[in-house]
Amino acid sequence: MDISTPKAPAPPTPEPPTTEQKRAARGATRPGDRIFLALSRGSGIFLLVVMAAIAVFLSLRAFNAISEDEANFFTTFEWNPTGEPPVFGIAVLAFGTVVSSIIALAIAVPVSIGIALFITHYAPRKLGGPIAYVIDLLAAVPSIVYGLWGALVLVPNLVGLYGWLDEYLGWTGIFEWSGGAPRALLTVGILLAIMILPIITNVSREVFRQVPQMHEEAALALGATRWEVIRMSVLPYGRSGVISASMLGLGRALGETMAVAMVLSPTFDINASLLDPGGGTFAQNIASKFNEATENGRDALIASGLVLFVITLLVNGTARIIIERRKEFSGANA
Amino acid sequence: MAKRIDVSGLNAYYGSFLAVEDISMTVEPRSVTAFIGPSGCGKSTFLRTLNRMHEVTPGGRVEGKVLLDDENLYGAGIDPVAVRREVGMVFQRPNPFPTMSVYDNVAAGLRLNGKYKKAQLDEIVEKSLKGANLWNEVKDRLNKPGSGLSGGQQQRLCIARAIAVEPKVLLMDEPCSALDPISTLAIEDLIGELKERFTIVIVTHNMQQAARVSDRTAFFNLAAVGQPGKLIEIDDTERIFSNPSVQATEDYISGRFG
Repeated sequence: MDISTPKAPAPPTPEPPTTEQKRAARGATRPGDRIFLALSRGSGIFLLVVMAAIAVFLSLRAFNAISEDEANFFTTFEWNPTGEPPVFGIAVLAFGTVVSSIIALAIAVPVSIGIALFITHYAPRKLGGPIAYVIDLLAAVPSIVYGLWGALVLVPNLVGLYGWLDEYLGWTGIFEWSGGAPRALLTVGILLAIMILPIITNVSREVFRQVPQMHEEAALALGATRWEVIRMSVLPYGRSGVISASMLGLGRALGETMAVAMVLSPTFDINASLLDPGGGTFAQNIASKFNEATENGRDALIASGLVLFVITLLVNGTARIIIERRKEFSGANA
Repeated sequence: MAKRIDVSGLNAYYGSFLAVEDISMTVEPRSVTAFIGPSGCGKSTFLRTLNRMHEVTPGGRVEGKVLLDDENLYGAGIDPVAVRREVGMVFQRPNPFPTMSVYDNVAAGLRLNGKYKKAQLDEIVEKSLKGANLWNEVKDRLNKPGSGLSGGQQQRLCIARAIAVEPKVLLMDEPCSALDPISTLAIEDLIGELKERFTIVIVTHNMQQAARVSDRTAFFNLAAVGQPGKLIEIDDTERIFSNPSVQATEDYISGRFG
């Protein structure tokens, strides 16, 4: 007789499950399972504790600073936390951070999608591999190196581009240039674009690679050209992944410090033109002021750090909402 | 508008591996031809050569001639994209575009082929969904995602999508193998209706299905693993299942191997 034949399952009991049954359902009855459960649960809790600790630290110190501030913290175009009375505000920093990051995304996202599609769908395998490898290398370059390159190579070479933009698009006001060194937000945006390109490309590449063969064949069988296959099945399937990738890139752009500090001439005013000095970024401002700052000055910088923290959370939340809203139509339920 | 398929001396390769060797056959317009045979005998590969999908696979290569009426699909200057607009295909696993609604799935092929007015599109979508016996089930949820339908409905949606562009030939690669018996029956009934308008070629592992739906049956076999698949015989379905002319066919359909 075959003793491995499973017995008929017991009829479901109406009583609520005991602790023992709950444990069994989680797979936590054996010692190995219990240890692993404790480890993974502990890691999850640890992450939350760290997040909470950062938020509490930032909030406490920021509260000190903001309550000392004699001006409106959100609208003031000045940074003088040690003055009598202390006056400082983050308007300029928020403007510079957001604008430079938007420029970076506007440049990096299309280029990244292009590279990722080229590697996964156009390039012969012999070429795609090396390109992917070079992109991986770019991701590993420290930001200080990008900063050096930006300051020594990019800035002097952007004079031509700035002149061209001023000549042909100067009338928009956004691209007006008064002829100073090209160390304005546009330069920061371009440098940040190069820095976030690898991460957006890599994540997009993985997403595009995972598009099931059958979706691409569905489009092909309808008589779609290669570009139409990409438009009909690859891009829609990869949409949420590309958004996530862009948010990762944006996170890096918002928080980038050294490279920005090395190419930007910060000022504490806002300029409609992206080519003239105007604005700084949160991270750059903290990095350049932190060492010489007094106790009050540090608290003020921490308050600006808290705003950056909140902006990052908002950006990520928005991205989640965008992805969530189209979930029904995402590839996930295929 | 259904067209005759005339294949002669067709070889299909994966890289240097010869997967299908020297196939010649004729498929009459407005008929159903079933391909049967053991796994790996090349029937799916051969099917995919009929709309030039085989060469999408890396290393895929085809020699020989496939005439659609008088036009050689592998002739010089023939665009594979144009071929696939003439020869539609339904796959083993239902593959509606997951990011598109039911309506957009059916309209997808039309939108590739040109500009249609909204009213025209509405009309063709309705006609195609009716043609695929799906209209009554989805008419109230045309804007819901196609991937939310049941497996059998998804497969009929794929058929609607394929017939919306009015192909000359419809290829089906084991269209029911992922479906339950009731959905299978629905598809088989549909095949019976579709053959009034299209030339249909269907690959199936289910011999009863071949016997039920097809007018002609082609039996494929391979001598051994690693050997190319070959067409053993093609004949009227009734003959293949009652009195085939080759012993191997009889052995296969009577369940002695495969």
